[in-house]
Amino acid sequence: MITIIDYKTGNLASIANMLKKIGCPSVITSSAEEIDRANKLILPGVGAFDTGMRNLIALGLLEVLNRKVLEDRVPILGICLGMQLFVGESEEGELPGLGWIEGSVVKFKPELSEKKLKVPHMSWNHTALRKESRLFDEMYDEPRFYFVHSFHVQLNREEDILAETGYGYWFTSALERSNIGGVQFHPEKSHKFGMKLLKNFAEKY
Amino acid sequence: MLMPRVIPVLLFRKGGLYKTTRFKNPVYVGDPINAVRIFNEKEVDELVFVDITATPERRGPNFDYIREVASECFMPLCYGGGVRSLEDVKAVISCGVEKVAINSLAVENPDFIREAASEFASSTIVVSVDVKRDFFGRYHVYSHGGTRKAAWHPVEFVMLMEKMGAGEILLTSVDRDGTKAGYDIELIRSVSEAVGIPVIACGGAGCVADFSQALEARASAVAAGSMFVFHGRHRAVLINFPSQEELKGAFFNRA
Repeated sequence: MITIIDYKTGNLASIANMLKKIGCPSVITSSAEEIDRANKLILPGVGAFDTGMRNLIALGLLEVLNRKVLEDRVPILGICLGMQLFVGESEEGELPGLGWIEGSVVKFKPELSEKKLKVPHMSWNHTALRKESRLFDEMYDEPRFYFVHSFHVQLNREEDILAETGYGYWFTSALERSNIGGVQFHPEKSHKFGMKLLKNFAEKY
Repeated sequence: MLMPRVIPVLLFRKGGLYKTTRFKNPVYVGDPINAVRIFNEKEVDELVFVDITATPERRGPNFDYIREVASECFMPLCYGGGVRSLEDVKAVISCGVEKVAINSLAVENPDFIREAASEFASSTIVVSVDVKRDFFGRYHVYSHGGTRKAAWHPVEFVMLMEKMGAGEILLTSVDRDGTKAGYDIELIRSVSEAVGIPVIACGGAGCVADFSQALEARASAVAAGSMFVFHGRHRAVLINFPSQEELKGAFFNRA
């Protein structure tokens, strides 16, 4: 059973749909008690960093999330904004993030690329794995994933970087440190590639 | 290597999937859910699903049906048709849809795009712009399924939409719709050069080479209807989609 955290930032139906397709039961909840009982978590999210943090705080979820992830070491997968909240701070906002992974969230700088790339990065794109991970176990060749974002994480410790993606320059598109995993792309909207990744998270963690 | 998005546009009316020519003469092409499943298997980049009778029939989106379609989509889904309020946008999104296309309402009330973009993020709001040429070859924006001429030139209109916070423009040439005669390249170029947001070219695609032309004219993505639902000279109904290899060949051998 995967517990999908609903903190009022966008589309959760798609994630539940794909989990259903791969035969993994899931529940969508905003309740601290229910999250407290979870043994596997997904933190989704679309939108602004501060809105995300403010909603987590307003719903009273910070304490239970910190305890579950840092003390109980329950596996958690952050998707898009959900992954960005794992780091300490964001250029996009003023509130501190969850701070589980050292790093920051920065805006895409299209001027750093030769081509005039558009922001948001809204596209299917490839990932280059930087280390081994169960999330990418038996992944199909040339995996491609769907991205929609204007900001990306920049991690302080290289060993936390799971995958990078090129958009003008290389940015971190997936991270992993023990029970904490995160992806910038949307596996729930990335066909068999995303399905495989979510299945791995459901079965191998 | 960044692949441009290739997007089937599916038109829905009266319980079935139809394909129009110049926004008229709808031909039945099959069951929508079945088509979505096939496009899913073919791993298309994105789908646009339009309820073409919602606005003409003065009704809102059919949320139950959208939910059913979305539950079969393991790729991004854009819905358009009959969206009249922020509540509609919210309800469509909660069906499991990533993007909402606004056409008639954007023409009537451009400020709505500003409100929708600030509430739901720009990347969620697609402005669908239908364009016809007049007798003198001048371009005009149309709304209400191509039946109402608006007081806008497409270039002025898309610039305003970008300013209002639209995340993307779905640019359709009504004159080319269903003809497979190739995109209106002049239109695509003038609109794409006027805005920084992605422009999805639509209307007229008949083959993969047409995609390359639209991309050369600076479209960010390409969409098509007939090409993906009809096969051969006699327009037999056959849901089809080019392979990744075929697309790669067409996109990266150019320039």
